[in-house]
Amino acid sequence: MPDKKITVRATRFDPDKDEKPRLQSYEIPFPDESMVVLDALNYIKSHVDGSLSYRWSCRMGICGSCGMMVDGVPKLTCNAFLRDYWPKAVTVEPLNNFPIIRDLVTDLDDFMHKLKSIKPWIIRKQELPLGAGEHRQTNEQIDDFRQFSQCINCMLCYAACPVYGLDDKFLGPAATALARRYNLDSRDQGLKQRLPMVADPDGVWECSFVGECSVVCPKGVDPAKAIQQTKLDTTMRFVLPYGNRE
Amino acid sequence: MDQESYDVLIVGGGLAGIRAAIAAAEMNPRLKIGMVSKVYPMRSHTVSAEGGAAAVMSAEDSYHTHAFDTIKGSDYLADQDVVEAFVRESPVEIVQMEHWGCPWSRNPDGTIAVRPFGGMTTWRTVFAADKSGFHMLHTVFQTSLKYDQIHRHDEAFVTKLLVEDSRCVGVVAMDMRSGRFIALTAKSVILATGGFGRIYAFTTNGNICTGDGMALAYRAGVPLKDMEMVQFHPTGLPFTGILITEAVRGEGGYLLNKDGERFLKRYVPNKMELGPRDIISRAMITEFDAGRGFEGPHGLYMHLDVRHLGEAVIDRKLPFMRELGREFVGIDIVKDPIPVRPVMHYMMGGVDADISGLTPMIGLYAAGECANVGLNGANRLGSNSLPECLVFGAAAGRAAADYASSAKAVGSNPVDAMLKAEAKRVDETYLSKRDGDERIGEIREDMQLSMDEGAGVFRTREGLLELTKRLDSFRERFEKVKLYDSSRTFNTELTSAFELDFMLDCAVTVAHSALAREESRGAHARRDFPDRNDEKFLKHTLAHATDGAPRLDYRDVRITSFQPQARSY
Repeated sequence: MPDKKITVRATRFDPDKDEKPRLQSYEIPFPDESMVVLDALNYIKSHVDGSLSYRWSCRMGICGSCGMMVDGVPKLTCNAFLRDYWPKAVTVEPLNNFPIIRDLVTDLDDFMHKLKSIKPWIIRKQELPLGAGEHRQTNEQIDDFRQFSQCINCMLCYAACPVYGLDDKFLGPAATALARRYNLDSRDQGLKQRLPMVADPDGVWECSFVGECSVVCPKGVDPAKAIQQTKLDTTMRFVLPYGNRE
Repeated sequence: MDQESYDVLIVGGGLAGIRAAIAAAEMNPRLKIGMVSKVYPMRSHTVSAEGGAAAVMSAEDSYHTHAFDTIKGSDYLADQDVVEAFVRESPVEIVQMEHWGCPWSRNPDGTIAVRPFGGMTTWRTVFAADKSGFHMLHTVFQTSLKYDQIHRHDEAFVTKLLVEDSRCVGVVAMDMRSGRFIALTAKSVILATGGFGRIYAFTTNGNICTGDGMALAYRAGVPLKDMEMVQFHPTGLPFTGILITEAVRGEGGYLLNKDGERFLKRYVPNKMELGPRDIISRAMITEFDAGRGFEGPHGLYMHLDVRHLGEAVIDRKLPFMRELGREFVGIDIVKDPIPVRPVMHYMMGGVDADISGLTPMIGLYAAGECANVGLNGANRLGSNSLPECLVFGAAAGRAAADYASSAKAVGSNPVDAMLKAEAKRVDETYLSKRDGDERIGEIREDMQLSMDEGAGVFRTREGLLELTKRLDSFRERFEKVKLYDSSRTFNTELTSAFELDFMLDCAVTVAHSALAREESRGAHARRDFPDRNDEKFLKHTLAHATDGAPRLDYRDVRITSFQPQARSY
């Protein structure tokens, strides 16, 4: 089929001109089964309408820039294949639950503040001098936190989270998973410092355990598990000694 | 006036930039440090690095061998004093990263593990599975959040360096969200903007790799060094150009031609799959030319086969490769060979800088891929670039902090005028221009295809001459560019125009530097000059901006203890 085409509907919104977002349709060639939604957007921008705005970079699912709603589901557009939507039209919208800056570009400042608030760095009572070499840590100890360290900050989990949609004070999935990543690291002693943030009324207790965050994560992170574990942590602290890891 | 003042300003938020920011903050906690990036730092292209970071980590290894491997790998175009300093600092930086939380893969006793890598005579590549760059970038970025004196301008696009009396005193940037121009003044400025893979069509590099810092420096009068030295990685996925890490071969993967033959026995018999990238890429093209490649819908390719390693090793050491195969090609690398072909990957050349990152311009420093401190010469060894970002990022951060601690403050009068002039230039050139009919995307695609064709793995005089002519015509077309987006809010067509403008400058320096180097050395392979010529070309090329084609001059390579020899593996 040399002239195969697909229709892409993309959100357009310029705050200087538009009162609210609208969808614009583009019919574009679909010559190659390997094409993804991001390729379609790039075709539109290069050849049809240079004014369409969206973020992207690595197109290999690791930089976290190109998350959008594709037919209503939060996805990385660099690995959402057009063949999975064709012959129907595919609708591309900005991630749910975030303010729209322009077209498909959302404002993620809220997450950047939350990320800093959970102190995502190694905290130790006493730092090891560089000359002492590395901390010993086995691959099994890394396995304790490995999946939580895979977060690419793509924001798909926030877009899928009904609680965050209602109340953006909720710390939310990725930030909780990253707090967990450090709390479970054998080199870290910062649990006590992070606890006020995650155990806050706007922290893990807001979660109603819908679990959509873990379903949409493109990197196999299970934020829902991080949230449940953290709930257990904050409870058990009052009944059990937690060793010296705080 | 829209002006923010800093002591040290870093342009770029990847591994080198963030490492520089932390080094400056630690050197002098009283300094106010700015970091401006056109993306949120964790989107920087460091994130895509996979295989690992080379460092001498055990008593069985030695600085001498790491230095020799790097210099031989560079085809003797590396500055040897720089290499010797680098190999000593690299292990310190690896431990520093560990203390900051980087999840390096470990030996059974809990010490940091190493893996073999191309061109290295022993195992010395430290790794975090096959997502080393991702983990390193997130580790330094998250660590940087604890330094309150580091102030970020995320999603601000730097369009110009501010230069006063031959001294760099800051930059002009456009805040992408508001479209507002701001002057970010500083006593010292560090460029850490990465490479420019996007001047090629088939590249592993992300959309943001457009050589911004190189072009900014070049236009301000700083030369670009060894721009003909462009690295082609042997194993990219056809169509997307997604990188399949060299660690696949490090862990024991085979490269096979369509006859099922490990063809590298004809090219690098003693190293086989662990030969250096330049030679293996040439071997693959030579095999393609001899009709021994597979033919696919996206061109010729070879097989990279890891099936014999078994699922357990693949899942422990190469999990991301399995994910990439599944998600992007629809194969399971445990059961299927991976289709690969050479792909533009890395720029050895860059802003001329010394061992501390200082460029010939007072107050201006450069680090990481955008810089050329003399480490990589004509061919970088795999896993030397991540530690390069750490070692020379830190060095530039310290040197820039040291300079800023005693330099006089920057005035605001000339800055105000320069800011207004730059905002006016952008408005007149792009936003309020009414005529023109050229599309950014179409000129860019033509440039990329021309670079693939004219300045690829093998080059010729005819091909390079044709390329320089085409690049001139693309520049002429660029003057007639029309923007379809006049919005001030997150106008990515405007930032694409800035990027194309920068890329065209970089591409011209590549073409002219390659045309003038009439020899073959490292990644620069001339079909019409197949041999290395030390008598004439054991020298760095320096490209200076003029009104026309770049002016080229040359500087001797610094040799300490490794005399140039024939390079065979």
